[in-house]
Amino acid sequence: MEKQKNKEINEFLQKGYEYGFETDIESETLPPGINEDVIKIISAKKEEPEFLLNWRLKAFAHWKTLKSPEWSQLNIDPIDYQSISYFSKPKQDDGPKSLDEVDPKLLETYEKLGIPLHERAKLAGVAVDAVFDSVSVVTTFKDKLAEAGVIFCSFSEAVQDHPELIKKYLGKVVPYRDNYFAALNAAVFSDGTFVYIPKGVRCPMELSTYFRINEAKTGQFERTLIVADEDSYVSYLEGCTAPMRDENQLHAAVVELIALNDAEIKYSTVQNWYPGDEKGKGGIYNFVTKRGDCRGENSKISWTQIETGSAITWKYPSCILRGDNSSGEFHSIALTNNLQQADTGTKMIHLGKNTKSKIISKGISAKSSQNTYRGLVSMSKGASQSRNYTQCDSLLIGNKSGAHTFPSINVNNTSSTLEHEATTSKISDDQLFYCQQRGIDEEDAIGLIVSGFCKEVLNELPMEFAVEARALLQVNLEGAIG
Amino acid sequence: MNNKKENVLEINDLSVSTSGSKILKGLNLSIRKGETHAIMGPNGSGKSTLAKTIAGHTDYEINNGTIKFLGNDLVSIPIEERSNLGLFLGFQYPIEIPGLSNTAFLKAAINAQRKYNDLKDIPANEFLLELKSKADQLGLDQSFLSRGVNEGFSGGEKKRNEILQMLMLNPKLSILDETDSGLDIDSMKIVADGVNSTRNEETSTIVITHYERLLNYLEPDYVHVINDGRIIKTGDSTLANELEEKGYEWLTKKK
Repeated sequence: MEKQKNKEINEFLQKGYEYGFETDIESETLPPGINEDVIKIISAKKEEPEFLLNWRLKAFAHWKTLKSPEWSQLNIDPIDYQSISYFSKPKQDDGPKSLDEVDPKLLETYEKLGIPLHERAKLAGVAVDAVFDSVSVVTTFKDKLAEAGVIFCSFSEAVQDHPELIKKYLGKVVPYRDNYFAALNAAVFSDGTFVYIPKGVRCPMELSTYFRINEAKTGQFERTLIVADEDSYVSYLEGCTAPMRDENQLHAAVVELIALNDAEIKYSTVQNWYPGDEKGKGGIYNFVTKRGDCRGENSKISWTQIETGSAITWKYPSCILRGDNSSGEFHSIALTNNLQQADTGTKMIHLGKNTKSKIISKGISAKSSQNTYRGLVSMSKGASQSRNYTQCDSLLIGNKSGAHTFPSINVNNTSSTLEHEATTSKISDDQLFYCQQRGIDEEDAIGLIVSGFCKEVLNELPMEFAVEARALLQVNLEGAIG
Repeated sequence: MNNKKENVLEINDLSVSTSGSKILKGLNLSIRKGETHAIMGPNGSGKSTLAKTIAGHTDYEINNGTIKFLGNDLVSIPIEERSNLGLFLGFQYPIEIPGLSNTAFLKAAINAQRKYNDLKDIPANEFLLELKSKADQLGLDQSFLSRGVNEGFSGGEKKRNEILQMLMLNPKLSILDETDSGLDIDSMKIVADGVNSTRNEETSTIVITHYERLLNYLEPDYVHVINDGRIIKTGDSTLANELEEKGYEWLTKKK
């Protein structure tokens, strides 16, 4: 009977990936391989200023001196960087444009993904930048945002229209020397999103970027740069999907956030890249560097991530708490299934006085998957009176999955306070029986139990996306009322 | 007794084992619409096993016999479908589901039942109004509804929460497994009133208990005594008083 139960759970966990379709669209793709010429071509295609090309070339030179990091327990098939194409875009004239001019096939793709790009559509309170393979295809609500002085556009446009801002902030939080994948990204990044919120402005709507990998044998290397000037506020969300393919595809993004005095950035991610099949074939390698700089006093950056996809997720959205009284938060749900691997967590670097950080991590591992929380809380000498609270909870489903926790704590002053709590639990047969006795089938029961487990994190998501996230976690009701 | 009434539950020659040991050994029991039956008996006699077997708990293996619920052979019916057919089990030890609000849980349960009956989801307003009124009836504070299912509840709160779920789900047959244990007199009265408020010609109740007190409030139509996996004595509510005075020994010895 135990076997029967496990079988049912397994069937539930084996549900198909809904976003695995491919869009048949003519694209312009560079031949595979990476060298200086490829970088020059990418830069030339985007008509970039010289400072940017030079920066790319320096990053590439540095990358060539590096080796792929091996310190994680992740089991990664070697990546052949010469077999990846570093640039692919749908064949249409350059640059994002009005919706009328966008290829209807692309619009259809985003409709299928549940991301309406029509501004009248149901997510009317959300502006979307849609990135398809290497380029941004459309950005909605730009005019309305411009009225408020908010800049929300593709990275390529920002390079053309606001080079001074790019020059001032690019690579300042995640320099190309930071790590292997950050160096690679700096060399070949093709597009991404740029956001600037001027002084004193509260961004009038949610901003969102939707990343879609379509073309085979390409990598996606986008950069997101968000600058919140003094006393401003922005809430931003990214979503991700990809077709089902047998080979692994690399997604090595860099996200940089900068919050000046009294500014607040709320950054949410719903990551649902194709995770590979139940035998571990295919799926996205999601190797991402995300870091926020609480540069100003009283600034605040909070990361919320729902990581359900990718064959391997390897990322640590972090906060540098530089300004006095600044605060950083990290709320994470990482769900792994089949042979997925996730190694995720955060770094909270306390530099300023009286800085605060909070870490809530929920890991759910099912089948033969491995789920790791890895975190660092560092209190420098100058970070007097600072506080951190960390809570790491793991939920195991079945008896073959693994949950691991590696917290590191460095404290160099005597006035700071740290708390760390950790739990590991299992979905019990008694919980399932209780739900089933109330008429709820096993599949929904698991969804409900998981949603309960993740509640603190789900509550952090912007309303518009909480629904999507809950659905992703097989939840119907939690939070809809009460 | 009205013999024309149809059977809600019909158990024939039921034998059940768990982890290799035989617990029920040829048990027979019939319950008709509108009736309330009490099941009493010494510890380990098989009362909870009977309740969990009817509900379909997979730890209990049916070796022989049949269980019919409203004419359906229960043995081949999944747990959730038994519930959706109108079977409710009030748990002796209600289970905690941390983080999942009581309200969300109940709404999921009600909508599962409605879906089974080809009905649309319950409108949120209707649901909340009913939930509030039922919670009031049981003396449960509003804050109780947004707390995690049984999470950090006192023993009394857990039992009242079981009754709340019963009232919301409108079952045709409720099996209350020691719902009175661990309750103070006031709570017991509230629970008993709750159960009594659902009694009508269409609903039936099985109350598993050790104590006469709850039965004084509920006035069952029949009282059964289980010993060693069989029903050894059936009487009316006066049997409970007799058991309270004499204990079980006079019955178990006679056998």
